[in-house]
Amino acid sequence: MGIRFDFDKCIGCGACVPDCPFGLLDVVDDKVHLREGCTLCGACQEACPYEAIIIEAVEQAPADGSYRGVWVFAEQRDGRIKGVAYELLSKGRELADALGAELCAVYLGHGVDGVGELAAYGADKVYVVDSPALADNQEEPLAEALSELVRQYKPEIVIAGATSLGRSVIPRVAAVLKTGLTADCTGLDIDPAARLLLQTRPTFGGNVMATIVCQARRPQMATVRPRVFKKAAPDGGRKGQIIKMDFSREGMTSKTRLLSFVEDLTEKVKLDEADIIVSGGRGLGKPENFELLKELAQVLGAALASSRPPVDDGWIPYSHQVGQTGKTVSPKLYIACGISGSVQHMAGMQTSECIVAINEDPGAPIFEIATYGIVGDLFKIVPLLIDKLKKE
Amino acid sequence: MNIVVCLKQVPGITKVQIDPQTNTLIRQGVKGIINPFDTYALEEGVRLKERYGGKVTAISMGPPQAEEALREAISVGADEAVLLSDRAFAGADTLATAYTLATAIQKLNQYHLVICGRQTLDGDTGQVGPELAEMLKIPFVAYVSKVEEASDGVMRVRRMIEEGHEVIETSLPAAISVVKEINTPRLPSLRGLSRAKSAVIPVWTAEELGADKDLVGLAGSATKVVKVFFPQRVCRGEVLQGDPESQVDALLGKLGQAHII
Repeated sequence: MGIRFDFDKCIGCGACVPDCPFGLLDVVDDKVHLREGCTLCGACQEACPYEAIIIEAVEQAPADGSYRGVWVFAEQRDGRIKGVAYELLSKGRELADALGAELCAVYLGHGVDGVGELAAYGADKVYVVDSPALADNQEEPLAEALSELVRQYKPEIVIAGATSLGRSVIPRVAAVLKTGLTADCTGLDIDPAARLLLQTRPTFGGNVMATIVCQARRPQMATVRPRVFKKAAPDGGRKGQIIKMDFSREGMTSKTRLLSFVEDLTEKVKLDEADIIVSGGRGLGKPENFELLKELAQVLGAALASSRPPVDDGWIPYSHQVGQTGKTVSPKLYIACGISGSVQHMAGMQTSECIVAINEDPGAPIFEIATYGIVGDLFKIVPLLIDKLKKE
Repeated sequence: MNIVVCLKQVPGITKVQIDPQTNTLIRQGVKGIINPFDTYALEEGVRLKERYGGKVTAISMGPPQAEEALREAISVGADEAVLLSDRAFAGADTLATAYTLATAIQKLNQYHLVICGRQTLDGDTGQVGPELAEMLKIPFVAYVSKVEEASDGVMRVRRMIEEGHEVIETSLPAAISVVKEINTPRLPSLRGLSRAKSAVIPVWTAEELGADKDLVGLAGSATKVVKVFFPQRVCRGEVLQGDPESQVDALLGKLGQAHII
């Protein structure tokens, strides 16, 4: 199984070399050589004129066809449902319609509030487990409850937010169910004939996109970061069926316990919810210069963000970081000041509706995705901007 | 306290370069390094050992050259290292990787704590830690920024979440993933370097692990990559010309027209 080369056929022509998207192929001593890291995507096989590349698929039993329907894990904190759940229901509705299947939300917690909202965003059914054992969002009971529900009702797809909780609970569920899970998807589509979820995600720091499927096992599971998909308009008239599940406390015990919670007060910026974000990068030169951006943010009623270098240098707390290892944002307006635009940063903000880039370097990659670019000195542009906005 | 640290060797690229001719990643001459997020896991393991005694075992699944990463781990304080390497492990997704690591951890002598980095630089999923914890039937606490206290049976940690941080108590054995805020990894000592040079690093194959061949590598993987492509970046922008004054006026005009501000 895997990839093999028929060295009787390979003449070392190198036709496959440029076609490997990961750059793993070389010609050494007139024969092709493959380095570690192959994903078996098949690009080289198509490029080879001599049929010297053999990719053997693993024989897989067909997926269990009794699994039907799309589920969204409706994450809550203190009884309040997180925004990403509504975003996923909006997307989930499209997926369920493409499959001709029902869309269900799963709410696990204690003290239920706003479950009706889940129907307004598209859920046909809402499974609710209300138990004190679930109050503090400890992973083991959550994973236990979700796995049990999946075993019982057999959905073909389960999607969840890639929040700090989702990222630790959902892999546990995938491991219990021995099924596939794809992290941080930015695109979800359906192959209706095969009833497959096509899960597209960035890899290698956003340089390459990979589409992944879970062919033989069910459910097909994926996580999606908040703000990647747009929330549809809620339909208050839509009614869903609410199904309360009774769970015995047994099996829901947790080996972890929440002792205390300390709120991050610098987190008042609420990057995830801001309509306008003012963001600064290395081009600010020194930590004090964030004051200038703070003033601009204040005038605009915007939240303050940062690319990674200022965070790494301790100019601004991590909670402000936008990008691959920070937050994903999608505001109406994103103003990037002194940010060159690494792929990692852009991965976290490129879905913003309007992007303004202010940078000295006309060759900065950020200009490729900017709606409006200003090549110039941010220390001249930003104060002018503040002045004019104040006068308006 | 016996600690297992899971490491991955990844291509040491801080800035991924793309060959504009062929539109592929440039890999030539790229050296393998310990996944940067894992260096914090390793450091925390060594610090806990220094605080509470015991030993640190570094494990990694990968090709034979991943041994370099394990030697590096020994140079900064790991006591032992084991490499899980077998052609049968190739092509593993997170499920198969977690199974392989969990099987190896069970084979090690009694352990109290498994430490992982928050995610890898290349795969970027962060899924292997919680998956292997489930397979070992132990709790998993993600994004730990501080280990406050640990004893034989119980540990108290601080973990980062979106809204702030939580203090969590967990029974041991347990697994955690750590964030970079937790510590500053040390540089190798001279003694460490000489230990690393002479260390014997056992290589465990699927057979030696007693692993089920259907659960490792490609055969044990539930997911499969069906397509790989480069993101299309359409230049949709407009560069505003003129002196700063007219640039700012033009910008405000555009944003106003579009009812953005």
